[in-house]
Amino acid sequence: MELGGLFKWIGEILQSMGLSGAWLSLVANTLVAALLLGLLAVMALFLVWWERKVSAHIQDRLGPMRTGWHGAIQTLADGLKLLQKEDITPKGVDRPVFFWAPVVVYAACFMAYVAIPWGKDLIPADLNIGILYIIAITTFTVISLLMAGWSSNNKWALLGGMRSAAQIISYEVPLTLSILGVLILAESLSMQTIVQRQEGIFNWYIWRQPLGFVIYIIAATAEANRTPFDLPEAEQELVAGFNVEYSGMKFAMFFLAEFLNMFTVSAIATTLFLGGWNGPILPSWMWFLIKTLFLVFVFMWIRWTYPRLRVDHLMEFAWKWLLPFAFLNLILTGVGYYLWDVIFG
Amino acid sequence: MDDEKYIEIDPVTGTSSDSGFPTEEFMVNMGPQHPSTHGVCRLLLTMDGENVKHCQPHIGYLHRAIEKICENRKYQMITPLMDRFEYLMSMACGWLYCLGVERIAEVEVPERGEYLRVLMTELNRIASHLIFLATFGLDLGAVTPFLYGLRDREYIVDLFEETSGQRLLYNYIRIGGVAKDLSVGFEKKCLKFIDYFLPIIDDYEDLLTNNPIFLTRTKNVGVLSRDLALDYAAAGPVLRASGIKWDLRRDDPYGCYDKFDFEIPTGENGDTWDRYIVRIREMRESCSIVRQAIEGLPEGDFKAKVKPSFKPPAGECYTRVESARGEMGAYIVSDGTNKPTRLKLRGASYNHIMALPEICPGIKIADLVAIFASFDSIMPEVDR
Repeated sequence: MELGGLFKWIGEILQSMGLSGAWLSLVANTLVAALLLGLLAVMALFLVWWERKVSAHIQDRLGPMRTGWHGAIQTLADGLKLLQKEDITPKGVDRPVFFWAPVVVYAACFMAYVAIPWGKDLIPADLNIGILYIIAITTFTVISLLMAGWSSNNKWALLGGMRSAAQIISYEVPLTLSILGVLILAESLSMQTIVQRQEGIFNWYIWRQPLGFVIYIIAATAEANRTPFDLPEAEQELVAGFNVEYSGMKFAMFFLAEFLNMFTVSAIATTLFLGGWNGPILPSWMWFLIKTLFLVFVFMWIRWTYPRLRVDHLMEFAWKWLLPFAFLNLILTGVGYYLWDVIFG
Repeated sequence: MDDEKYIEIDPVTGTSSDSGFPTEEFMVNMGPQHPSTHGVCRLLLTMDGENVKHCQPHIGYLHRAIEKICENRKYQMITPLMDRFEYLMSMACGWLYCLGVERIAEVEVPERGEYLRVLMTELNRIASHLIFLATFGLDLGAVTPFLYGLRDREYIVDLFEETSGQRLLYNYIRIGGVAKDLSVGFEKKCLKFIDYFLPIIDDYEDLLTNNPIFLTRTKNVGVLSRDLALDYAAAGPVLRASGIKWDLRRDDPYGCYDKFDFEIPTGENGDTWDRYIVRIREMRESCSIVRQAIEGLPEGDFKAKVKPSFKPPAGECYTRVESARGEMGAYIVSDGTNKPTRLKLRGASYNHIMALPEICPGIKIADLVAIFASFDSIMPEVDR
């Protein structure tokens, strides 16, 4: 059931059709991109439904039940409704910026998946700077949130945009530092290499990087704008934050991007700390999905349990707690790695 | 507008903050349409980034002229209208009005009627505090307490529906007693609910009370000092959270509250956390009062005979009861006809909202939401 062979086979078919060189890579990459786009759209729809179900069961209710099996196609129906809605552009907005903000957030979200290893031999492009690329690309999100907040010509949206800029930039630092520990151990930035280094459950980097994992999860929650760090769109304070003026499909894009972001950070955590697609019996892509969706569930669990932090506590937490511990983790890893090398190497 | 005087921008540099970085204060309308103003309150905020410089409450969006309408209605026709005064605790509103009329007309309420009033009002107090708990959690960003609070309120509302036929505006307490006797098996169901509910309060506390995020959001936030609370005539849980042990059920007993044994929980600092914990403890006390009321429920009539052409003698009376929000007062003037000459209502929410400008300067906007929620103000009581 490994899917890597399937893609190789498709590649061979394309080759046998007489395509070669640049044309082959163009067609193949377009196919992969289209496939990924479709897959992630379905994944986002699934995550919205799942979040509603998880929250409902945590809160002693049933959640969507009417549309499809246990409301399974509820999100699809909601998406169709949003598609039909009038796309309102309020007076006084900065039109180009207002238009491009949801596009940027969605694009940034998708581009991260170029270097995410879905399974054995199942990665759109195994970049040798994979993780660096992902970290760089996901930061684009903050630009789009700032664009949305600034262009909306709404004070609540502006506050939300500013909050998100401050928050994501602050949490980017401990996030990256927590990843560095893994990179020292793996001696590579390539996502596939990192996964291959973690074969067998005891080689998962979570055992050697527990502190790094905890810091990563906390910072990732902030990166994905999830409770308790969902200040940019704090409904009770900022009405809806940066996306308050958006309606219809543009709103849907923000909404889906938020869920995809959560999936992205979970996928990165799986790859870096939980052994990626490594696992017995089941095909590798299944293991990847199981681990990632488990982490997504943890994020949901946190969201429906905790209240929201206040903006100054948020900053304090990032700079006074997470950052020093991230540095400590980095130093410990470096020293430990060196000593291991000296003594056993 | 005279609110502009609060903007202090340095005319030379154009800056308003101490950092020297040029910033500008801006004004923003929080409400009347806003998720966390609990109805249609409008707070005009002068903001410096995330900090609130000044907060000016604007009220009146829910004014329904209840007092004026009452002047044109017979005494018995006013009780359903009274429920609209404060819909989260309409039992207390009904009691407040009936208490005043009964004092003027010297109507003797049978003991069973008094006990039923206590029973229902205390259940209603629990229901109201559950709404507080639900919305307070929600305003702090925790959605789950909201659903839990409403879930458990549902059991109380079902009990009310069984007794009075209504789920929100009960019209249960009437002049001379209550509208109906308890339905068969009510006592059992009620005790079952209390047995179920007391451990559930511990669950709420597990979810919020000692949660570190919750503590940082509420401890020492929005401190309403003892003096300030007295200055603004705060009442109810808000006053008690500021450390003043004042409860009309004990200090100015009405009905048959003097026969009940209950504690009055107080806070120490008057901060948001104290206001929360006082209400949590009050729910436990209310449970105990409900239990006592059911166990001590006397037999007999539940309502004194009141003629349809009811005309109290000329006179006037100020009555007050302890609602979930604090002192709820009614001043009734009778000129001997079958309609009141004047009916003045007092709601504690009004005073609490008016205290907001005093404690707001310098806080974050997230705190403002928490403070507003911790006052548990509801707008119909403010605007009437």
